[in-house]
Amino acid sequence: MIRLDHVSVTYAGADAPAISDVDLHVPEGELVLVMGSTGSGKTTLLRTLNGLVPHFSGGTLRGRVRVDGRDTATHHPRDLADVVGFVGQDPISGFVTDNVEDELAYGMESLGLPAATMRKRVEETLDLMGLADLRGRPLAHLSGGQQQRVAIGSVLTTHPRVLVLDEPTSALDPLAAEDVLSALHRLVHDLGLTVVLAEHRLERVVQHADRIVWLPGGGAAVVDGTPADVLARTPIGPPVVELGRLAGWSPLPLTVRDARRSSATLRARLGSAVPPEHLSPALGEPVATAVHLVAGYGRSVVVDGVDLTVRAGEVVALMGRNGAGKSTLLRTLAGLHRARSGRVQAGSVGMVPQVPADLLYAASVADECATSDRDADLPPGRTRALLDRLAPGIDPEMHPRDLSEGQKLTLVLAIVLAAAPRLLLLDEPTRGLDYAAKRRLVTVLRELTADGHGVVLATHDVEMVAEVATRVVVLADGQVVADGSAGEVVVSSPAFAPQVAKIMAPQAWLTARDVAAAL
Amino acid sequence: MRPQHRITHPRVLHPGAWWLWALGLAAAASRTTNPVPLLLIVLVTWFVVTARRDDSPWAASYAMFFRLALLVIAVHVVFQALLSSQTQGLTVLFTLPEIPLPAGVGIKLGGEVTLEAVLNAVYYGLQLAAIFCCIGAANALGSARRLLRYMPAALYETGIAAVIALTFAPQLVSDASRVRSAARLRGGQAGAGPAPWGRRTVRGVRRFGRLAMPVVEGALERSVELAAAMDSRGYGRTTGQSVPARRLTSALVLLGSFGLLVGVYGLLTANRFGVPLLVVGALLGVVGLRVGGRRTGRTRYRPDPWALPELLVVASGVSAAALMFWTASHSPELVSLASPTQSPPVPLLACAGILVGLLPAVVAPPVPGTASAADRRRVQRADAQRTDGQRTDVERTGEVATR
Repeated sequence: MIRLDHVSVTYAGADAPAISDVDLHVPEGELVLVMGSTGSGKTTLLRTLNGLVPHFSGGTLRGRVRVDGRDTATHHPRDLADVVGFVGQDPISGFVTDNVEDELAYGMESLGLPAATMRKRVEETLDLMGLADLRGRPLAHLSGGQQQRVAIGSVLTTHPRVLVLDEPTSALDPLAAEDVLSALHRLVHDLGLTVVLAEHRLERVVQHADRIVWLPGGGAAVVDGTPADVLARTPIGPPVVELGRLAGWSPLPLTVRDARRSSATLRARLGSAVPPEHLSPALGEPVATAVHLVAGYGRSVVVDGVDLTVRAGEVVALMGRNGAGKSTLLRTLAGLHRARSGRVQAGSVGMVPQVPADLLYAASVADECATSDRDADLPPGRTRALLDRLAPGIDPEMHPRDLSEGQKLTLVLAIVLAAAPRLLLLDEPTRGLDYAAKRRLVTVLRELTADGHGVVLATHDVEMVAEVATRVVVLADGQVVADGSAGEVVVSSPAFAPQVAKIMAPQAWLTARDVAAAL
Repeated sequence: MRPQHRITHPRVLHPGAWWLWALGLAAAASRTTNPVPLLLIVLVTWFVVTARRDDSPWAASYAMFFRLALLVIAVHVVFQALLSSQTQGLTVLFTLPEIPLPAGVGIKLGGEVTLEAVLNAVYYGLQLAAIFCCIGAANALGSARRLLRYMPAALYETGIAAVIALTFAPQLVSDASRVRSAARLRGGQAGAGPAPWGRRTVRGVRRFGRLAMPVVEGALERSVELAAAMDSRGYGRTTGQSVPARRLTSALVLLGSFGLLVGVYGLLTANRFGVPLLVVGALLGVVGLRVGGRRTGRTRYRPDPWALPELLVVASGVSAAALMFWTASHSPELVSLASPTQSPPVPLLACAGILVGLLPAVVAPPVPGTASAADRRRVQRADAQRTDGQRTDVERTGEVATR
């Protein structure tokens, strides 16, 4: 279905090719996962599949890309619209119309399909993607998961043979991600669609993949094989794989189910070992207190009577589905949003917004650091020193927009920390981060709490929570529905339990690292 | 009778019908300064909007236009009062301090304010206000966005550009506010005590200069993303048409639109070139759209039907305009007052026409998904008769119906 022969892409002005000499053959009906760290060329590879690279992006493509027999050298993306459905990273920026039904029909209108066919396919797609209740709704009013499903649905209506998705679940809560992935699973298994997707959150996707294409980056050759083969060779992997490696299971389990079957011996071996509590080693005085906090927009109440105290030295993970009020709570704590009633008492607060780039204005990293020193009335060089501590070796001459997501986040983190806030708020910090960047973030957060900072992070990333949180607060409908240690709150939750907890139940292990320490 | 011809069958009326109805009323308003028909027009638009609007965000635009209309009247009166001169009447209401201007300027600032001038201003303001209300009603009932879906195929590109602009502007605003609030996180951290005023101002100015950067960059990135998405989804897959043919289409459509514009202007200002220009423009436009419409292989998803209710709605708007125009040409003293202080006459025929414009409140099909007050009452009555156990169920249905 898809055939790439010796494909190399070099963007205009770049020294090294973004991807080099990729040979790939994807037969019909496979779900292929493209993995690799940020900047390894995943997006470039995906964009070659429907001709956006090079027709849209510019640059030089060497080699040959053929999809369903059509060569992208002679076919523009629009000529491939009936063969390849492409869903970009941010669904909102790809929407052309303003309501669900019209968006689903847009691609078919462009292809000139008859009205009766369009009508039928829109209905089918509404059902397939579970959007029937939302058909007339404005796209702007949908939640992230719903928007992602609309974006997928809108390319499905042209009945493409291949579906290409760039990080489809990175912005979604675990259940919404599961919705999207099971919809994809159904497309592959029932309709024989070929799906190629890139994703950092391997733990969500690996179990659905038939094959993994690993881009190691740095000019190394592309590795391509079954998930078990590839994951046995990569340094990165989802927790289930890490645990499998640790316990020496062979073949390497990829799903919780497989791992669970092999885990009996491991559980017996651990016997009466007590899983670590993940509690904060030293709790300090409160750095922020919210009492009966109510906040909202217009007539809707988003945060509904929340009581929360954050102490120095703890990492509070704020969880809950999209739209549960996590971001609004953070914004209210940071003083960006006026509380309708209740009281917020916070000393100095620093916040990393959901889109870190919103805080970056200057034309180079060095400028950015200098501005930050000036803004916070610090001696020159402080921000840079912080940045070097968090992530050494970022080129000061680079434009902030050209940094990878992880580097952007660290830069913003350095800028925010320059003012030495007691409380640090992070809104979805792991969005778009690869495993290496996430690991670094975990280390940074641990250091910060050891320094006496309090941290609150709103996140959907259960593995991140398992790694770093000393306390988990679950919000639903603007209210706190659970508040306790990570072990108490997430282990028993079907949605928020990390993979290791699911495998090791009823023993309350949260991470592979904990297990390794106990062995 | 097919359901779309029924006036009781709930569906969304074609936005074109609403716009034509509203334009009819607006045309009527444009021909008179008599406050009686003008007030009647405002009332008619308000009533129809109240009866037939849905719960989309656009439906709230009538209120906005109404406020704008009030503002127009106020501005008119204030300026007229400031700049009024003795020639407009003799009944002096009060005297403002006059600012001497060199002779020959032709206007005066301040001085005596006459009743005639103020009334004149109110009437002319009212005329504009009535037109605003008509446009507001059209927007609330058949949003500009929905209307753009019916852009003829030849003008498809223009239409899509307009749609994107309509999406883009609010996104830009929300981007800007997001970036601005994020900017508050930098520098003087949120929650810190207030900085001295002078320093804060300097910082504020510096910060404002920097804010534009991420907003513009974000907007650019998003437009590139959107272009990529549109390209991947088949935008511009035309069935192939030669360049000269495309140019011919553009020329025809442009000339046609120009003719239409001048024609409408002529018609509204009672110029004798109005009608012929309008006809020629319309012809050119139709030919252009026909020629151009052949080229795109595009189809349209679920077009709103154009059936009896649409015709009735348009007819009601047209009759309002027609009767007003007839009155204006046969008894002009009824539509424009000889003296602003006289008590305004009632042009019976024109008013009847405007009242015909009230019909859409009934002949336009009800909006689907919203229950009428009668339905709600019926549910309540049924509710009252049930026992407690069943009540919750009925309440829930009632709630669904209301929504």
